Amino acid sequence: MTTTEHIKALRSEPWREQLRQKMTNKERVAIPRVRMPELSPDFRSHSYEEVNLGLTAEQSMREAQRCLDCPNPTCMGGCPVEINIPTFIKNIERGDFTEAAKTLKETSALPAVCGRVCPQEKQCESQCIHLKMGKEAVAIGYLERFAADYERESGNISIPQTAAANGIKIAVVGSGPAGLSFAGDMAKLGYEVTVYEALHEIGGVLKYGIPEFRLPNRIVDVEIAILQKMGVQFVTNCIVGKTISYDDLHASGFKGIFIASGAGLPNFMNIPGENLIGVLSSNEYLTRVNLMAAASPNSDTPVLKGKKVAIIGGGNTAMDSVRTARRLGADKAIIVYRRSEEEMPARIEEIKHAKEEGIIFMTLHNPIKYIGDENGRVVQMLLQKMELGEPDASGRRRPVEISGATELIDIDMAIVSIGVSPNPLIPKTFHGLNVSKWGTIIVDPDSLKSDLPDIYAGGDIVRGGATVILAMGDGRKAAQAMHRQLKVSGLPLIPNS
Amino acid sequence: MNKIITKEFLSENVVKLEVEAPLIARSRKAGHFVIVRVGENGERIPLTIAAADPDRGTIMLIIQQVGKSTRKICALNEQEYITDLVGPLGQATHIEHFGTVVCACGGVGTAPMLPIAEAMKQAGNKVITVQAARTKELVILEKEIRAFSDEVLITTNDGSYGMKGLVTDGIEKILQREKVDFCVTIGPAIMMKFVSLLTKSHQVPTVASLNTIMVDGTGMCGACRVTVGGKTRFVCVDGPEFDAHQVDFDEMLIRLNAYKELE
Repeated sequence: MTTTEHIKALRSEPWREQLRQKMTNKERVAIPRVRMPELSPDFRSHSYEEVNLGLTAEQSMREAQRCLDCPNPTCMGGCPVEINIPTFIKNIERGDFTEAAKTLKETSALPAVCGRVCPQEKQCESQCIHLKMGKEAVAIGYLERFAADYERESGNISIPQTAAANGIKIAVVGSGPAGLSFAGDMAKLGYEVTVYEALHEIGGVLKYGIPEFRLPNRIVDVEIAILQKMGVQFVTNCIVGKTISYDDLHASGFKGIFIASGAGLPNFMNIPGENLIGVLSSNEYLTRVNLMAAASPNSDTPVLKGKKVAIIGGGNTAMDSVRTARRLGADKAIIVYRRSEEEMPARIEEIKHAKEEGIIFMTLHNPIKYIGDENGRVVQMLLQKMELGEPDASGRRRPVEISGATELIDIDMAIVSIGVSPNPLIPKTFHGLNVSKWGTIIVDPDSLKSDLPDIYAGGDIVRGGATVILAMGDGRKAAQAMHRQLKVSGLPLIPNS
Repeated sequence: MNKIITKEFLSENVVKLEVEAPLIARSRKAGHFVIVRVGENGERIPLTIAAADPDRGTIMLIIQQVGKSTRKICALNEQEYITDLVGPLGQATHIEHFGTVVCACGGVGTAPMLPIAEAMKQAGNKVITVQAARTKELVILEKEIRAFSDEVLITTNDGSYGMKGLVTDGIEKILQREKVDFCVTIGPAIMMKFVSLLTKSHQVPTVASLNTIMVDGTGMCGACRVTVGGKTRFVCVDGPEFDAHQVDFDEMLIRLNAYKELE
């Protein structure tokens, strides 16, 4: 059965037919979109607790009624891991939350994570039929989170079924969203999967990058535990390319390797004063706070706690950093962004939350210099005022300097959050990989296969810098392609193996 | 989890650990380092690899107790475990036949110098080690470094052992005596700064192995950044060794104090 036929078959099940009859589409469309319950801005700007509280069962069932259960569900086309969206939503509507969670886990290794951090407004929800009728999209992301949370909190977590073990060993480099998604899919297909992680914790950016108030680590840990129960092995503190080599992996009998080593190196602007104490990358700041728990008095890892903190950048990482700074006691936590708010790449929800928490937005400003005191600590930054010019290659209006218009502001910390470059470790040590001028691994866009016969790659090491869900989509795509090559065609990946 | 096989105090505050790490013992080269973490609340700190025994599957770490994290590591006993240990990290030392090489080390810098002196010797160089310590009790690994050196000149600040003076006094003495083709220096940043100034004035190419603040050690955080030849470089992935004459040691000395008041 093809995927389309499968979707149609599920939609034709009697209970689904009956459920559709219960209300008219007109009634369904008339229901207003649910609002996510949140901690109050005053409380949360000083607390590390999760901001979004999640929907109740009643709210979720009501929201699920809004879904029209379209015969041709366009929302699914907007989901990089092709979650069967109407099936899981209709299960929520009928009150079978466990079955809804099961549907999610058929194609997504991390539903509780995606329900929290996916930019649904740009993915599934952007394709919702409601938008065509001038209404707000069904809150697919909130419902996904609800089903995953319900299952986890019920204590009765289902482990996805795995095919009989085929004895074929597969290695994954990196345990972030791309690696975890790939590992889950390959384990389901019966492969013996080992994931190698350089850090001491599993989860990659989900652990070191995204803060607790948006994605608690315990949620990530539960999803990792499910993968472990499916037979996925994790090896921490192991750097492929350093601790073990490409040849070592072959010698250990691995027949396919998926590289998901992520975006490694933080970019800096190379402006005067950037190496002063108190100027750091968002990667360093967030790693200290999230991975090393530096804000906790029990932690040996220190973190600077500025009172006047400027974050340079307008992406989700910048929002995570500025909101973290606020929580660590900054009276003034400022976003400094060279374009206007309209061009900000951050999710609308993150910008909204940041504003509610008292974050100051200095858009159309760009730092040109940091000034330090006699101890080498940053005390001021010089900002160039900008205006928007003609659209550039990204389609966004280019920021142009307003000649002579500068502003000096007092700061005691600056966090540079202007993007990352791919980690050069793998491209440097796996000879024969085709690497772009940006340092990303070049792969076939359909199969994600590299120039080396047994190597596939996905996530930020290929994309440069993207979202959790796009990385997960890559993991899924690579798993399907590698499986086809290994099993269906029967061809070994390495000609002489 | 990596088991400590043997432990020995080299001086009151310096501990030598032989740690089980078979993969690293096999893959490490001179100049590489590891990141270690002790306990669930532990900090990740870089330590250089002093030696490795691929047959025993162990590496040797020499640690000086200076702060909370190094004290925690030094408090571990034989048969106990280091919670996390990852490596080998950084670029290996560039080894070639230069001619006469001076290995200038101070304090625990002698430990990472061991494999470098060994590799330099193996490459056919004449190796002259200048080892500096404040006083006689702090001279460590003398026997080991002698095994890889054609000559060892020890200097102590108080003159209690070897020549009285600083590492630079020792290097100066060698430079007056014979032609030196290359210099490697490892030790406190302030020491490396003055070694660098000296060898620059004598036009002796010099590399310094830098030990900066790090978190992940794989290029992810940028805490370790230094200015080399006017450009920002990451010690963890571009280093730890750089052309000493290009390193901005004054900036590095300031950056080492970034978290001092929080300790």
